Amino acid sequence: MVNGINLALQFLDSFAFIVLAAAGLAIIFGIMGVINLAHGEFILIGAYTATLAVTQLGLPLVVAMLVGGLVTGLFGILTERVIISGAWPNYVSQRTLGRDIIEPLYDRLADSMVATFGLSLILTQGARIRFGNSIDQIATPFGAISYGEFSYSSYRIVLAGVSIGLLLVTYYLFTRTDFGMRARATIQDKQTAQAMGVNTDRMYMLTFGIGSSLAGLTGALFAPVISMQPTLGDQFLVEAFVAVVVGGPSVVLGTALSGGVLGAILATFSNLYGTFIGRIALLVAALIALRFLPNGITGFIDQLRKRRQESD
Amino acid sequence: MSRSPLSRRQFLGASGAALVTGLAGCSAGEGGTSTDTASSTDTLKIGVLEDQSGNFALVGDPKAKASMLAIEEINANGGIDGKQIETFQRDPQSDNQRYQELTRTAINEENVDALWAGYSSATREAIRPIIDRNEQLYFYTTQYEGGVCDEFTFAVGPTARQQLGIVLPYLVEEFGPDIYTIAADYNFGQLSADWVKVLANENDANVLGEEFIPLSESSFGSTINRIQEADPDFVMSMLVGANHTSFYEQKASAGLDIPIGTSTAMAQGYEHRRLDPPAMANIYAGVNYMEEVPTESNTGDGGFVDRYFEMYPDAPYLNEEAETNYFSTYMYKKAVEQAGTTEQPEVIDALESGIELGTEEAPEAPEGETIRLDGATHHVDHHMWIMRADEEHNIEAVENRQIPETFLSETAGCNLPENPEQTQYTPVDYYEEAE
Repeated sequence: MVNGINLALQFLDSFAFIVLAAAGLAIIFGIMGVINLAHGEFILIGAYTATLAVTQLGLPLVVAMLVGGLVTGLFGILTERVIISGAWPNYVSQRTLGRDIIEPLYDRLADSMVATFGLSLILTQGARIRFGNSIDQIATPFGAISYGEFSYSSYRIVLAGVSIGLLLVTYYLFTRTDFGMRARATIQDKQTAQAMGVNTDRMYMLTFGIGSSLAGLTGALFAPVISMQPTLGDQFLVEAFVAVVVGGPSVVLGTALSGGVLGAILATFSNLYGTFIGRIALLVAALIALRFLPNGITGFIDQLRKRRQESD
Repeated sequence: MSRSPLSRRQFLGASGAALVTGLAGCSAGEGGTSTDTASSTDTLKIGVLEDQSGNFALVGDPKAKASMLAIEEINANGGIDGKQIETFQRDPQSDNQRYQELTRTAINEENVDALWAGYSSATREAIRPIIDRNEQLYFYTTQYEGGVCDEFTFAVGPTARQQLGIVLPYLVEEFGPDIYTIAADYNFGQLSADWVKVLANENDANVLGEEFIPLSESSFGSTINRIQEADPDFVMSMLVGANHTSFYEQKASAGLDIPIGTSTAMAQGYEHRRLDPPAMANIYAGVNYMEEVPTESNTGDGGFVDRYFEMYPDAPYLNEEAETNYFSTYMYKKAVEQAGTTEQPEVIDALESGIELGTEEAPEAPEGETIRLDGATHHVDHHMWIMRADEEHNIEAVENRQIPETFLSETAGCNLPENPEQTQYTPVDYYEEAE
């Protein structure tokens, strides 16, 4: 009954959606211990920037998408400096009041949730006030491929390729570069990293910027296929959080693995029984994962590795 | 700022009327600032609760605007029976709980004489118990699944039987009998899908499959594959809300080239303006109104469209529900004048006597010709249209005629003046094929 190609394409589609939705969130949470509830609105910024760059400025689509990622990254750095670390307000208050007014939100899960939730409300409503209830949307590029009685959007396949590419780039960045080494040192032990001469403050800022620009890029990439309205970020939030929780502590590997597992579940069930059941299956899978793998897939892998080392 | 000749006339009329009522207001106002006794004889209060933010903001905002347009026009022309209209307008933010709170405020604290509220059927059902308990005259203006037979509710939007009833038979005749239904997964979508089955049976067509999609969903890859697998002659789509809009872009980019009949797309969320062509190509909307409806009172010089955009130059589109809010305010005006009072039981009696618009003394509804409020069912015999979008998203009117609401009157036997009740009838109760 199920067409094999359909299922494969549907899997690629779900995989790309989950990976792209989760990537920025996973980096910010995994490295900084900050739960960014404004993640959906960062996606919104990327999507709106890319769309407006095409419709208002006439930029080519690819350039507009990069601009979307860049603008969101800059906005992320601004957010980090002002709200998350409070570096800029504190700089001012040190010189006027003689003390800090903002305590950094790193590793304060509940506090970071409240702050970023507030930010998300401001951004959604701000977009509504500035741009109205919707903006004109750009068409999906690349047309469709056909096979038998079926056809599928080529752009969706490109998205899957891009998501894999982004994973590889992120993996390379965090494991093979100087920057990545410093970033990981900062996560593992902030004090020691500082003692070794790592500017942890700057690492936090840049990491937040990278996470934000990935969110922005996600929005820009999906801009041609989703409805352009101020609450569009909500559509990504469930998948993003489920993927991060199921993925576990290792950012890149976790995102890839949970994208694979959850994408397969989502694709299979929505293909066989419809979209609604697909959603249910995704949430049930997350429940089961949380019950039996409380530290996510990569936490479980770590555990196995440790157990093997102990038995050796 | 340039004004058309007609609007200048209106402006003069408005300032004259404002002067007169301003003087009247002064003399009455001297009695004191008490709002319940002194002013209730010179003013009446209308409650308008429509979504201007949240999931239904895109479709709800024009409703609020159109209500304000009607109220301003009526006030400028001397009000209702000499009474100026005050408004209680709030944004319930697409949140049903907020709707319930604001409805209580409107009734208990603001003492509104009539209430317009709500976009979705879920909202209507959330506030209807409050309306009924307080015996509040209430206008529900969205096109909806149909079946509400309620002594205090005037559901003046077209129903599924009217909307699908004009578009479905046309598509069966043009393209063939095999239908695939996709609908939003809540009471509106489920009941509308039942109506597709009933109408398919009446028109010798068959429903090959149906899928219900959660309002939060915006990925339609598997839905598109399932439609292709079923290979229908056309699709009936009752998708709702901003997230579901993605379907049309996605089906176009996936190369799914199939006629789609709908009661929801284009007329409410103006997808043909927001999306790049050809996302909406070959979509047939069965509606009572779209901005493009080619009647003299709508697109003519100084017509509804002109007046609306003069008041709201930045508004993006004039949608189906906006027109319903607009003309129902005039229906209310006519009823109050007929009753000679704003007392709600008397106004309801007047409305039940069968108010008509488009006659000599009342303005024509923008959707066309005469439309009539059916007193027995509190529904409207609408002038219905099939509006089709082409490859470039140009809209043409394919067919139009007046269609009475027959489910309540003929099938369910709803007769509110004789038998006051507060029920919602569903097609499952009357048609085997809807089960």
